[in-house]
Amino acid sequence: MTSATLTQLVADLACGAIRIVDLTQTLSPDTPPIVLPPEAGQCWPFRLEPISRYDERGPAWYWNNFSCGEHTGTHFDAPIHWISGRDLPNNATDTIPVQHLIGPACVIDCSRQVAENPDFLLSVDFVRSWERLHGRIAPRSWLLMRSDWSKRTDPVAYQNFDEEGQHTPGPDPEVVRFLIEERDIVGFGSESIGTDAGQGAHLRPPYPCHYYMHGSGRYGLQCLTNLDLLPPVGSVIFCPPLKIRNGSGSPLRVLALVPARSDPAGAPARNP
Amino acid sequence: MTEPGRRKRKNPILRTRVPLLPPSGRSRVALGLTAAAALGRFELQVCGDCGTVQYPPREACHRCLSLALTWQPQSGAGELISETVLHHSHDVYFRDHLPWHLGMVRLDAGPTVIAHLLPASGAAPCRVRIVARLDKAGQAALVAVPDAHNISERAPDMANDTHMRELICDPRQRKVLVSDGKSPVGQALAKALVSAGAEIVWVGCAEPWKRPPGLDELNRLDSVTLVPLDVTSSDSVKSLGAELGAKVDILVNTAEVHRPYGIAARYGVEAARSEMDVNYLGLLRLAQEFGPVMRSRGADGQSSATAWVNILSVYALSNFPTHGTYSASKAAAYSLAQCLRAEMQPAGVRVMNVFPGPIDDEWNQELPPPKLTAQALARAVVKGLQEGVEDLFPGEVAQEWLARWRENPKVLERELAMSR
Repeated sequence: MTSATLTQLVADLACGAIRIVDLTQTLSPDTPPIVLPPEAGQCWPFRLEPISRYDERGPAWYWNNFSCGEHTGTHFDAPIHWISGRDLPNNATDTIPVQHLIGPACVIDCSRQVAENPDFLLSVDFVRSWERLHGRIAPRSWLLMRSDWSKRTDPVAYQNFDEEGQHTPGPDPEVVRFLIEERDIVGFGSESIGTDAGQGAHLRPPYPCHYYMHGSGRYGLQCLTNLDLLPPVGSVIFCPPLKIRNGSGSPLRVLALVPARSDPAGAPARNP
Repeated sequence: MTEPGRRKRKNPILRTRVPLLPPSGRSRVALGLTAAAALGRFELQVCGDCGTVQYPPREACHRCLSLALTWQPQSGAGELISETVLHHSHDVYFRDHLPWHLGMVRLDAGPTVIAHLLPASGAAPCRVRIVARLDKAGQAALVAVPDAHNISERAPDMANDTHMRELICDPRQRKVLVSDGKSPVGQALAKALVSAGAEIVWVGCAEPWKRPPGLDELNRLDSVTLVPLDVTSSDSVKSLGAELGAKVDILVNTAEVHRPYGIAARYGVEAARSEMDVNYLGLLRLAQEFGPVMRSRGADGQSSATAWVNILSVYALSNFPTHGTYSASKAAAYSLAQCLRAEMQPAGVRVMNVFPGPIDDEWNQELPPPKLTAQALARAVVKGLQEGVEDLFPGEVAQEWLARWRENPKVLERELAMSR
């Protein structure tokens, strides 16, 4: 890369030849947190407490204290998050190589299947069909599973619980291994509250996306939104988590650079 | 009396009455009467040397000058020997409530007392029973109620008497907010308040995606409305306070987190922090958003803001080590509730603290009976409101703890440390 490339990038951003798409949910007290059995440890929801608001607590300034878990809202999962990744080098938010945090994204549209079946599991066959249209997934890409789940703005519908737990889409165990071993993706992103399906605890192994991805030093992104604004291939995402020492993840802002001429959602791209 | 049928609505053109209090000054010794009335009891000083029962309270026995006086429960039985009606008063509180009926009652135990009379009390001479209630100032007031044999048939009239309504917190025709409806206690309370005639029962619901069992059934009751409320979120509490605060006559805080651990059994602070966040800070958030507007409505006609109920725990009195962090959070909440009581007092809004023993719920699975059912707790709370008590210890475990704690808190601490 040369300075001319960056100059061109800035020029393209300025003139709109490259668009920036925000893939981040807004953090608020209404952001639904992950739900675990009540006797287990719990991830904090997002909370905001004013320090002062131009008042007797601070006359000319407004600011808040906020609190949340590392895995609240749109967030990043580091390999150390899972037992399988605990002993890997550079596995935490402060030590992850930063070059892993900017990279190309492949967006696989499962929205039609998910609309019919919230427990939809992404399979190897599904990915191979996508590749026949859009080309082979390039090494070190991010794989983003578009489900349109983020369009469920009602927290009850977003969480989608019944008496057997949560029903949200995710990858099956086989495709996770395929994406790691045969496509060498850098990480997996989803629109729902986990990279694994809501019923992922009943897969073998349980939570396969967490187990295999983090066990092989790869990352997760959850609670993404606006994936329908990305082309199947050709975009680049920026996803640096907060630099928390030994952190297992963090809320973050995820931005995508998208060529303005690319056709979102579905049309075959000109090149992979 | 405004019964039967629908309560007449407030005329919105008229200035809302300002909360006024009856005279509240009491000597330290006279507060013994108030302390008993706070528990719904009528107690008088009894001389340990000569056995004289005396009223009004004094530093020494009026008969033998002994200082060996103890407060002992009284049956209150006596005879109404004279009555009068007050048509004029320079006290601003009583001016608002004239005419006021008063009478002299000669107690079977000895002393003669001046007591408030109700239409149901009967005409002198007749047998009555003296009960101690808390007035709007939070001080003991003696009321002559009908003798035991006919009390039940006159009780409904009594509860509707405007003067009696000043002394109690009857939920009938009042609007109530139950802060959390996901627990069995919250649901049982909402149902009990509906049965007691509450006009509206708003029931708070946090984290609706968890679809707590029982909420749908509760929502089908005519007077029940589910509202979003999460006491861990200042934003949520503020929103609901702004929307409903000026309508709430009785707030019942049922929100609680209970994790059955001591210090060693649960590493880290997060479980304890969530207990504090809900049990202590949740109360603080509710008090900051609902307290001021309820204070402004302490005399808002027949359906004024009247009570604030905190479901605490008898563990607030003394730590139960196997539920150690929960005990600590309830002790903190108890302390804060005392602050809230002091701040609500000028408006005559009663803060009722409820100290149940172990409740028969999912977090006390390993505790042996007796355990208080949610329904029994709810009935006790409604009865406590109807009687206007300030501290409620429902169930035999709570009563026993209270007795042991009053007798010797140190002995209770040692016994609890040994019970594992």
